[in-house]
Amino acid sequence: MADNSAARPGRRNNRHSSDERSSQHERPSRDEHPCRNKRHSRDEHPGRSRRYEAVRHYLLFAAAWTRVAWQYRASVLLLAVGQFLATGLDIAVIGVLFTRVPHLAGFGLAEVGFLFGTSCTAFAVSNMFFGTLERVGERIRDGSLDVMLVRPAGLLVQVATDGFSPRRLGGIVQGVGVLALSLAGLDVPWTPGRVLLVATMIICGVGIFSAVWIAGAAFQFAVEQAAEAMNAVTYGGSFLTQYPMSIYGRDGMRLLTFLVPLAFLNWQPALYVLGKPDPLGLPSVFRFASPLVAAVLLTLAAVAWRAGLRHYRSTGS
Amino acid sequence: MRGGVGTYLAVARYSARRYAGYRAATVAGAFTNTVFGIIRAYVLLQVWHQRPGLGGYDTSGVVTFVFLGQGLITSMALFGGGIDLPERIRSGAVAMDMARPVGFQTWWLADDAGRAAVQLLTRGLPPTLVAALLFDLRLPTPASPAAAAGTASAAGVWDAAGVWGLFAVSVVLGFLVSFGLRYLIALTTFWLLDQRGLESAYTLFTVFFSGISMPLTIMPGVLRDLAEALPFAAMMQIPADVLLGNRTGASLVAAIAFQVGWAVALLAAGRALTAHATRKLVVQGG
Repeated sequence: MADNSAARPGRRNNRHSSDERSSQHERPSRDEHPCRNKRHSRDEHPGRSRRYEAVRHYLLFAAAWTRVAWQYRASVLLLAVGQFLATGLDIAVIGVLFTRVPHLAGFGLAEVGFLFGTSCTAFAVSNMFFGTLERVGERIRDGSLDVMLVRPAGLLVQVATDGFSPRRLGGIVQGVGVLALSLAGLDVPWTPGRVLLVATMIICGVGIFSAVWIAGAAFQFAVEQAAEAMNAVTYGGSFLTQYPMSIYGRDGMRLLTFLVPLAFLNWQPALYVLGKPDPLGLPSVFRFASPLVAAVLLTLAAVAWRAGLRHYRSTGS
Repeated sequence: MRGGVGTYLAVARYSARRYAGYRAATVAGAFTNTVFGIIRAYVLLQVWHQRPGLGGYDTSGVVTFVFLGQGLITSMALFGGGIDLPERIRSGAVAMDMARPVGFQTWWLADDAGRAAVQLLTRGLPPTLVAALLFDLRLPTPASPAAAAGTASAAGVWDAAGVWGLFAVSVVLGFLVSFGLRYLIALTTFWLLDQRGLESAYTLFTVFFSGISMPLTIMPGVLRDLAEALPFAAMMQIPADVLLGNRTGASLVAAIAFQVGWAVALLAAGRALTAHATRKLVVQGG
């Protein structure tokens, strides 16, 4: 959440250079757009090998960027510690609040810690995989997205791995740490069903947050300067799922269930794990709907990303 | 101090104009501040429903506090940045800045003041207005209890105007503290060549100790003493308390004196460090 609204004029200065660039730069017409050609050629491959290729490219690029980052070991380690501390501030705030009240909306410290740990872990993992997508608007402005389009690898994979750094492990360590502590403090019978649901909710949480990153990046094709609005759903989504959703009131819960389905990130499954009733009285099948919601959101995000890319007309227009 | 007041006003004006551009980015940023404000307001309301009056705030007081914090984030640069100096030091362009016949620190103060003034309006007002629609806020009006008068009378109008005036003074002082600290961090680039480490440390401190996460008055024991002694309290907690009418009489004087003290200390330190940095640059240039 530390990045919530840092307005960096330095970034904005890129605009001038990209404007100059585009005046000299002839925009490719629709048919000869490099991305189109690439997609035609890739359509010849069956779906599975294409997905395999994407994963292979992702690991390749991420490894390359990690080697780059590792040249500055001290810097990476310090940044990782910084990320760990930044994430730690949120739990510190919760800790201070709990010195004043015994519970929040009927949830004790370990229970809120469980929500925090699952949300934070899922967010930190998705942030490591797709966090750099928030810089898509910047790439459009400075023209580097065009360079990526002509490379023989998927654009999403390239943007997502660009500047990949192990420093983001700091956030994951914090999330997993809080989750472990909260699990130790919870007083619930650990049935196989519960254990399975905890694992599932983290995996689905990563899926849901990844969908949010991808959709937010797609939105930047429409509004280049919207990077900060994206923070409202990414960092904001991570922040709001750290607390029991019942604090947002009945209307808030309905909104977060049906319109912006972040309730499926950890709230709904957590109700089952913690053995709490749903304040909205929704059917129990909702507790187990996270995989479905994650799949639907990822599909929608992929559609949005492709639509955004189709409308991309290079910089300067 | 070299250079006339007119020069610095011109610098501030051009800086303001630069930051008044990029409307989509401004709307996006204000939207994010508002969303975070709403979430945080709900979280804190949950605490205050159980403990009304905690830390000296009633429920509408704490919601107002949250949104004042969100409104001040950008103009007080609570997440760092705002001063373009580090980039200019790295590129060497700072030599041009130093050659100008104006005070170096004052030049950057004027530049940052222009930014802060614009962002106080464009990033401060929208969250507050949205909050006024969604929640019950406690802002001083002629009839509000914060202004001491129960009814809208001539005295009430003056009281409310007085509170807003004091708030304006407190915001300006808070800005000077924020600038003083960020300027020092920016200057370290002369020696470290990279200020990002210190800048992220600054952000960690402002998030926890300025009041944007929660009122500092609810922190337990030693933590609260520490929070109220650090300069970060001057950037958000004190201006908000002044507007909410939580500071009156001696406590008000102490709060303003605290802000003045930190502003003077940090600006003086900045001045001294600027002199060192100037010598350093000459050495580096051969």
